[in-house]
Amino acid sequence: MSGVIKYFADILHGIKTLWGGMRITGKYFLSPKEIVTQQYPEIRHKQKIVYDRFKGEVIMPHDENNQHNCTGCGVCEMYCPNGSIEIITKKIPGENGKMIKVIDKHIYHLSMCTFCGLCIKVCPTQALAWGQNFEHAVYDRSKLTKVLNKPGSSYKGLNKKKEAKS
Amino acid sequence: MDTKLKNYIVKENGDIILNMGPQHPSTHGVLRLEVVLKGETVKQVVPHIGYIHRGIEKMCEYDTYKQIIHLTDRMDYLSAHMNNEAVCLLVENALGIEVPERVKYIRVVLDELTRIASHQLWWSAYGMDLGALTAFFYGMRDRERILDIFEESFGSRLLHSFNTPGGLMHDVHPNFQKHTMEFVKYFRKKLPEYHQLLTDNVIFRNRTQGIGVMSKETAIAYGVTGPSGRGSGYSCDVRKIAPYGVYDQLEFEEIIYDEGDSFARYMVRMKEIEQSLNIIEQAVDKITDGPYTAKVKPIIKLPEGEYYQRVETARGELGVYVVSDGKKFPYRMHFRSPNFNNLFVLNTIAKGHLIADLVAISGSLDLVIPDIDR
Repeated sequence: MSGVIKYFADILHGIKTLWGGMRITGKYFLSPKEIVTQQYPEIRHKQKIVYDRFKGEVIMPHDENNQHNCTGCGVCEMYCPNGSIEIITKKIPGENGKMIKVIDKHIYHLSMCTFCGLCIKVCPTQALAWGQNFEHAVYDRSKLTKVLNKPGSSYKGLNKKKEAKS
Repeated sequence: MDTKLKNYIVKENGDIILNMGPQHPSTHGVLRLEVVLKGETVKQVVPHIGYIHRGIEKMCEYDTYKQIIHLTDRMDYLSAHMNNEAVCLLVENALGIEVPERVKYIRVVLDELTRIASHQLWWSAYGMDLGALTAFFYGMRDRERILDIFEESFGSRLLHSFNTPGGLMHDVHPNFQKHTMEFVKYFRKKLPEYHQLLTDNVIFRNRTQGIGVMSKETAIAYGVTGPSGRGSGYSCDVRKIAPYGVYDQLEFEEIIYDEGDSFARYMVRMKEIEQSLNIIEQAVDKITDGPYTAKVKPIIKLPEGEYYQRVETARGELGVYVVSDGKKFPYRMHFRSPNFNNLFVLNTIAKGHLIADLVAISGSLDLVIPDIDR
């Protein structure tokens, strides 16, 4: 007899607990305000989806005169744990005919980057910064290798140096 | 000619050898379990590891102490912050660097936020393993709030290499304290839903209670730590037995269950979430103004000798062992990862259970595969 009672008590208990779970899902089903799903590709241009500090990629900010802050010292290349930064420098004639070392190409391999942020932290002139772009999918792997300084750009401090000297 | 490949082997005595993995959805990673079955009953489980071995310990020998931090993220990616902190504490203790008070409290808050996020993900995935797909969405919804706090302050959601020997990489966002308190308030309201959805569910209880019982002796013999060990009555919380940071100044309980089954391990984690919320509430108010890093030399060189530091991650005790020869790279670096020990107890506790219960048992151990292989 007690076995029969236990059998039905178990069924009742099962239904009760299942009803408890169903009540939660039902509550959210009937209150659309609680829905947190974002329709991602559609909202991409309408609202900001990442925070300001988001680590999307390493960029080099340029001002309106196409000038940047990079001196080509190579500290970021030295600190990078996986060799995703290559610095190629060149020598140009400066004031008094002296040769000055400036940056030629700041090569950044996005495919190797682990976003640890050491290059940005150690840069003595704050030449590097985080960019907010996170859609990095490309059809060709070679497109992930980028040159950060724009063609024809120059070091911001170069003119100041010349002015100070003259 | 039969060219169809068999995915199991039948032995002469009727035993079936079946491979679970390397791409099995319930292992959450590339882990192969070679299961010897008698009918549907598990006779033996042989874990085969090494599918995601990256040689992190060897790579550390060619990196400076600041560069090592980002590698430790990639071991146990769900408790990335604690892994970072282990290496940082080791370097700080070896050099005698006094970390600012602000940094200590921020680190505690981040530790506990990471722990909650990890347990939420585990809760979601465990429900999914046992067939309760609804739980997955509720866990992920609340975890998103923590990840938003992380993204706002550090720029990344999962692998934030935010610690550095001596302090933090940069200061936290001005809204950090406000948003953390908002989350604590929000999550305290939502936590009863978790219990109503899964803990009280009769199917879930029948599938976990009395399944995979691990005795205290087994836990100690295999070195099972973390919530899995505490579910067997083994007091192994590093935050209590060897406090680091400011854990000795905060009030919290060490959750211990004596049953040792899958449900006990589940309950330890659910109660730990509540304790973590308590810790966050205490620590957030104590974050004072001040510098976010101590003064550290650009190139860190540890004095010659051996160093060991252990911390409590979301899965157990993580130990970092360094042998230094006085240069800027460590001579040898070893990680005592919690998941390695937690995995190999599986053979002992899964013996005699059905193969469907193997998923429940391995899920309750909360394994993260990259931490096993390193």
